[in-house]
Amino acid sequence: MQMFAPEAASASPHTAKPIITLNGVTKTYGNGTTALRDVDLAIGQSEFVSLLGPSGCGKSTLLRLIAGLGEISAGRIDWPQTAHTARGEPEHDIGFVFQEPTLMPWATVFDNVYLPLKLKRMSRRQAAPIIRDALTKVGLENFGKAYPRELSGGMKMRVSIARGLITRPSVLLMDEPFAALDEITRFRLNDDLLAMWAGQHWTVIFVTHSVYESVYLSDRIVVMGARPGRVTADIRIDEPYPRSEAFRLSSRYNDYCRLVSAALHETMT
Amino acid sequence: MSEAPIQHPPDIYGQVLKVALPLLVGAIFLIVWQIVVTTLGVPKFVLPAPTLIWQALIGNFWSLMGSLWFTLTVTVEAFIAAVIGGVALAVLFAQSRWIATAFFPYAVILQVTPVVSIAPLIIIWVGYDNVRLALLILAWLVAFFPILSNTTLGLRSTDHNLRNLMQLYGASRWRVLTEIQFPGALPFILAGMKISGGLSLIGAVVAEFVAGSGASTGLAWRIIEAGNRLDIPRMFAALGLLSVLGILIFGVMSLIEYLALRHWHESAVRREN
Ligand SMILES: Nc1ncnc2c1ncn2[C@@H]1O[C@H](COP(=O)(O)OP(=O)(O)OP(=O)(O)O)[C@@H](O)[C@H]1O
Ligand SMILES: [Mg+2]
Repeated sequence: MQMFAPEAASASPHTAKPIITLNGVTKTYGNGTTALRDVDLAIGQSEFVSLLGPSGCGKSTLLRLIAGLGEISAGRIDWPQTAHTARGEPEHDIGFVFQEPTLMPWATVFDNVYLPLKLKRMSRRQAAPIIRDALTKVGLENFGKAYPRELSGGMKMRVSIARGLITRPSVLLMDEPFAALDEITRFRLNDDLLAMWAGQHWTVIFVTHSVYESVYLSDRIVVMGARPGRVTADIRIDEPYPRSEAFRLSSRYNDYCRLVSAALHETMT
Repeated sequence: MSEAPIQHPPDIYGQVLKVALPLLVGAIFLIVWQIVVTTLGVPKFVLPAPTLIWQALIGNFWSLMGSLWFTLTVTVEAFIAAVIGGVALAVLFAQSRWIATAFFPYAVILQVTPVVSIAPLIIIWVGYDNVRLALLILAWLVAFFPILSNTTLGLRSTDHNLRNLMQLYGASRWRVLTEIQFPGALPFILAGMKISGGLSLIGAVVAEFVAGSGASTGLAWRIIEAGNRLDIPRMFAALGLLSVLGILIFGVMSLIEYLALRHWHESAVRREN
């Protein structure tokens, strides 16, 4: 394992207190596929971490395990700062945006975004302004009454993002949320996400295929390799927030992109 | 980014044709029937002319309507009981694989045993003075299985990512059932109900044929009675009413299905590509 910036180096204030720690996490699916082997990772409080890697390297699997979906085959995942229920499950509030939109086809856009609040027993009337706000953020203010089948793939994904953010979770897990979007919308949502992240002190774990997106967004990039899925590099992006278009045009951005690309290539050969 | 969904006017011409075409075919059929029977002089106890059947219907209007009402209420009550029983049992099955494994085979046995063969037994059990209850039980037995099996399949077919989402938000089993599983299973349940609607009518009629003692007064009994007296026009009138009842049930079920699914399900939505 090659470390470009060792975890121990706590130059950034974010790494001070890990909020999630993974130790020797291994996942073997029922059909014998080992999706992850021996993953060690510590996610700091308020960190924006991107998981970057080739298709099939286990990014989605890792994200699901962190969320507590599915059994870990070996190793453990801890939430050292989080209170636990009597049954030993962490009582975190997670927002999860799946790789697929995962909407309820029988419900309107409004009701889909309302679901998490409904489960928290918030009334429709109370939730309405919050939902309108969230839909405006993703550019769907006129589509509250539409059904998912009436939306394009990218619009469905934006609904899914609005739903993931609606509870203002302290940990936000996103699985390639912007992959289906056009560049302009993606850039806008990138900036919106960063703005919200800066304001809320969220911890974000963001899965992406895109080197450029990961460099622009994250203060840390975890590069993964395939067969079996494992962490191959851990790169810190020491660039202050807020970031803007100026960063995208800077030579530092290019250097980071080259560095991350090289790390990614190394895992694929 | 302020595009708005576009509303299309309904295709009225197509809708009218959809009703008018089958009606036209029916009318032509009746006219040909009438002409053939009168020109060939077919005896009325073999094949009565449509006009004769119409006279039989008018002549026995109130007794036939009473029988229609009897068969209709038995069918509807059995159907409602089948929906409640089938859905409730499916929900129970969906809660635990063990319950499902233990009981599903017995539901299958109930289904595969021909209703005609258990009808005499049920009638003896509930007593000849209580034939209506026996008919209800028999119609229920026939109607309930499609609902059970379809609902079970529907409840199991929930999008597992949606289920995961509910788990993340700490939703209770009940909330998962009401928010995700049940709405997702609705197309399956409605498909089951469409089959069951027809089956409960068949069950009610077949059971009455078996009971066939005069203690019941449904349409099946009118058919037996007319057969015994060789009053074939009246038999056809009762038969016609039975068909109308079947079509009515099918139509109502289709309408309910359309109304419930028109916004979202592939089966009810008009594609525009
Ligand atoms: N439910 C499953 N059952 C069996 N194997 C699975 C399952 N889900 C994923 N896998 C396997 O685990 C490996 C990792 O899959 P995963 O979906 O985590 O990859 P990924 O990095 O998210 O890929 P992508 O970028 O294409 O989304 C793959 O080899 C896949 O075949
Ligand atoms: Mg994936």
